[in-house]
Amino acid sequence: MRSIHVDDIVRTVRDLAMRANTELGEDVVRAFEAALEREESPTGQDILKRLIENAQIAREEKIPMCQDTGFAVVFVELGQDVHIVGGALRDAIEEGVRQGYRDGYLRKSICHPFTRQNTGDNTPAIVHIDLQPGDHFRLTLAPKGGGSENMSRVTMLTPAVGVQGVKDFVVQRVKESGPNPCPPTIVGVGIGGTFEQAALLAKKALLRPLGSLNPDPELQALEKDWLEAINRLGIGPQGLGGRITSLAVHIQMMPCHIASLPVAVNIQCHAARHKEASL
Amino acid sequence: MMPNAILLKTPLSESDVTALRIGDRVLLNGVVYTARDAAHKRLVELLERGEPLPLPLEGQVIYYVGPSPAAPGRPVGAAGPTTSYRMDAYAPVLIGHGLRGMIGKGARNEAVKEALRRSKAVYFAAIGGAGALMARSIVSAEIIAYPELGPEAVRRLEVKNFPVIVANDVHGGDLYEEGVRLYAQDA
Repeated sequence: MRSIHVDDIVRTVRDLAMRANTELGEDVVRAFEAALEREESPTGQDILKRLIENAQIAREEKIPMCQDTGFAVVFVELGQDVHIVGGALRDAIEEGVRQGYRDGYLRKSICHPFTRQNTGDNTPAIVHIDLQPGDHFRLTLAPKGGGSENMSRVTMLTPAVGVQGVKDFVVQRVKESGPNPCPPTIVGVGIGGTFEQAALLAKKALLRPLGSLNPDPELQALEKDWLEAINRLGIGPQGLGGRITSLAVHIQMMPCHIASLPVAVNIQCHAARHKEASL
Repeated sequence: MMPNAILLKTPLSESDVTALRIGDRVLLNGVVYTARDAAHKRLVELLERGEPLPLPLEGQVIYYVGPSPAAPGRPVGAAGPTTSYRMDAYAPVLIGHGLRGMIGKGARNEAVKEALRRSKAVYFAAIGGAGALMARSIVSAEIIAYPELGPEAVRRLEVKNFPVIVANDVHGGDLYEEGVRLYAQDA
């Protein structure tokens, strides 16, 4: 049994919130550079160059790469031999978000659904806890902006539509989203499970390093094929026309009920932010 | 830094915007005002009641932005554009009262495009999410109305070489449609 004090969790979450919003991953910057080589639209090329410049300014000057610093989505990998001491895990995560959004001058974007009254400190966080064997403790914080989240969808298809039906849904979703999710995007796709599990799979798919290959060769082929179909749409960077609408399609799949074919598309804007830490 | 960019100073004249075509890259200088959803609603209500506005409209440009908080020593935090379609319901009224330009991201509806043609105004796209880069072109920021709206308050921004792209011009051009048509590969 290993003990982890909540103070360390608060400090880590605070740090992750600030770093995730200011330091875009090198994998994403490399994907912008690769996209720039393939983009034919002069406007699209100009936009990609500016996204690279934007990431650099944010990192150097420690200001958020995007003003929408998002909903704080926190994934916890909790080893079952870990003992959290000094308080509740959930409270520690909330406090870390509160401090990080305050001290990092990050925009607080969370409000009451009807009155639209802002909670003032970007809480609550969305917390997903995955209990695992062992004594490790790993946190991933992924700030999720509203523009791209609004374009995401979950649906229940009939099993008869098969692979082609799922592909059509995914490509159509990107097409209908047009410029709104701030392309070039990363398209997270969750297939299978239940209604809510499909959505979670799609969100988890966004955490995979950009440019990494799916370990399943069948899914790897689908990711490549669907990305090509998406990039034939012509939407381009910022929806102003071009070859690069999305940088990657990431699929996560699991078995589903014999009657069902749940599919979720979680669109991630070009500010594909997330940071991890192990305690 | 931006090749072939057109330099413009606000307030914009009718001839300034009539000369613009979709795809043109523009560097804006001078003053732009910020206003988002809630502020637009209030501005239009004031106009309907015939009451004065907290900002001038004639020849001016409104930027749809909700900046992140300014760190000490900075005029503003990250300041990229927000999605424009939420302002579509209000924009034609403001354009009809002299507004010459808007900056945002994403396509506009037919009513806005018609107002741009009729009243000679322009819609600029700024790069969504490029909040750090855009903030660099903002020299000063001052809240002039509705401070209670927080990030949605109306601000007077002084901008220097603020980079935008002409997305809808006075001639009916729409880069969101024509740009995509140019690069789409499926019939």
